[in-house]
Amino acid sequence: MNVAYVARKLASLVVTIFLVLTFNFYLFRVLPGNPFALLFRGAGLSANAVRGLSAQFGLDQPLWIQYVIYLRNTLTGNLGLSFQTRAPVTDLIIPALINTAILLSVASVISIVIGILIGMLAAWKRGSKFDVGASATTLVLYSMPTFWLGLVLMVVGVIYFGLPVAGMRSFTGVTPGTLGEVVDLGQHMVLPLLTLVLGLVGQYVLVMKGALLDVFTQDFMITARAKGISSQKLLWDHGFKNAVLPMVALVALNLGLSIGGAVQTETVFSWPGMGLLIYRAILARDYPILQGAFLVVTLAVIIANFAADILYPFLDPRVGES
Amino acid sequence: MSEAEKTSSSHPELASNYRSVKEFWRVYKGNRTGMVGLTILIIFILIAIFAQQLAPFDPNQVFMGQMLRPPGWQHIFGTNEAGQDLFSQVVYGTRASLVVGFIASIIATAVGTIIGIFAGYYTGLIREFLLRFTDFFIVIPSLVLMIVLASILGAGLTSVILAIGLVGWTGTARVVMSQTLSVREYTFIEASRAAGAGDFYILRSHILPNVMPVVFAQTVLIVANSILYESVLTFLGLGNPNQVTWGQILQFAFTSGAITTAWWYVVPPGLSIMLVVLAFSLTGYSLDEIFNPRVRKI
Repeated sequence: MNVAYVARKLASLVVTIFLVLTFNFYLFRVLPGNPFALLFRGAGLSANAVRGLSAQFGLDQPLWIQYVIYLRNTLTGNLGLSFQTRAPVTDLIIPALINTAILLSVASVISIVIGILIGMLAAWKRGSKFDVGASATTLVLYSMPTFWLGLVLMVVGVIYFGLPVAGMRSFTGVTPGTLGEVVDLGQHMVLPLLTLVLGLVGQYVLVMKGALLDVFTQDFMITARAKGISSQKLLWDHGFKNAVLPMVALVALNLGLSIGGAVQTETVFSWPGMGLLIYRAILARDYPILQGAFLVVTLAVIIANFAADILYPFLDPRVGES
Repeated sequence: MSEAEKTSSSHPELASNYRSVKEFWRVYKGNRTGMVGLTILIIFILIAIFAQQLAPFDPNQVFMGQMLRPPGWQHIFGTNEAGQDLFSQVVYGTRASLVVGFIASIIATAVGTIIGIFAGYYTGLIREFLLRFTDFFIVIPSLVLMIVLASILGAGLTSVILAIGLVGWTGTARVVMSQTLSVREYTFIEASRAAGAGDFYILRSHILPNVMPVVFAQTVLIVANSILYESVLTFLGLGNPNQVTWGQILQFAFTSGAITTAWWYVVPPGLSIMLVVLAFSLTGYSLDEIFNPRVRKI
């Protein structure tokens, strides 16, 4: 791990963030439809209000001045106002981001643990019924749209288990600050979690299996086997430790994909996170929210990738030296 | 000389060795997963072509007083909350979903192939720029970018197609790039250049034919993804509500609140999506296995 490596990654991070900011700006201004029509479409504003807002957003200025204003506003945390509620977009995004983080982190941890275990077993017993079954299940789960899986689980959950299917908490019958509140949150999380886990677990199974199969062909594994080390020890001490490394990078790389799953799951179960915020913004054509949400979600993925890049050499000293 | 080298068996791993369709078919027939995928695929393509003959009713025809009927003799998949025949809707939905999937993946393939082939063939600034450009698109969460694009372009089938096509090209670009990188190292390329061939001649006559089969496999896989994304985007309200697609049926099932009572509203369109995506995936993986020998070993 050296300073030059970190500096290079940091420079790349800054450039990428700048590119994302620029992309986000032009995306909402250069595509068909002028900014007035686009930004105020369906807002039902008077001519006077449009003029006032145009001045506020700098839309009466040349494009490059608009860009400078946008950069200044964004960097100070001002993402504009929602068309619908006139609330600052930043205030809407922060609680949504926290709720998505809760759902996604729990779902990711569960998927990774299950994925590692199934992937290991499948690689260890390659070609067995278990391996074939795991591959087939993975492929079938991948072929389903996550939102549809959610709808099916919703029907089953309501009819057979009486689980709550909307939101994060019940509005009546629960005293805040008690154990009942936690139980209530847990019940609301069951179906969204199950949906997300089933949507995410497949990729972890495949990667863990692939990584372990790679490790099995390494020279040190053959040596270890020749030394007479027991199968159990071989699998855990040599195989697992080496194969689990690629998973770290994968978690960050897959965050974008996981967010896609979260958007669908939150929409189906009305989980008040970024996905539900985006869904409601689509229906209301609330462009400032869409623009803000896109920026925040993309930045989250980029920063996660950066974190993985920095952490990886600590876990695997072979990386980052070249 | 370069022609002689290319057709000789000194490069058995080159994709252009599959000179005839017949020879390719002989190899493909032996691939069981590929045949299962292709069979399902053909069934769905036939359903799409003969939708008019297969569907007992017009998908938009309303049967008064027959709202949310469970499956029965007249309506084998039941009816929706508006009293429309769900079997006819699923049959017609096949057509729209397949068309969207095909067009979107053709767009993605074109963009990905052009970027990948240039990034692989050229060195220096051009490659650096194209690599950065591709990496940038890889890191952006695809679904969210598609949502933003489709909503800026205005909800509708065309926007959905464009959004999927313009976002889903990164996989192809990467595969084409790595394939180009390996093909350009062959001596027949060098020989061709020594004989005075220009960059575009080499790209068109030597690189492209060798990259195409892998691109084809990749395209089939992208169709699977495109059909999935079409259903998601339409479900999220970005499609055309008057156009029956599988995603649109599911969106109405969701927004009408009928899902918790009418399972028949939700299951057939979802299973159709799953089967078609599965079929394209199986076919695509098998093609990739045949055309891309490095994959075969894993």
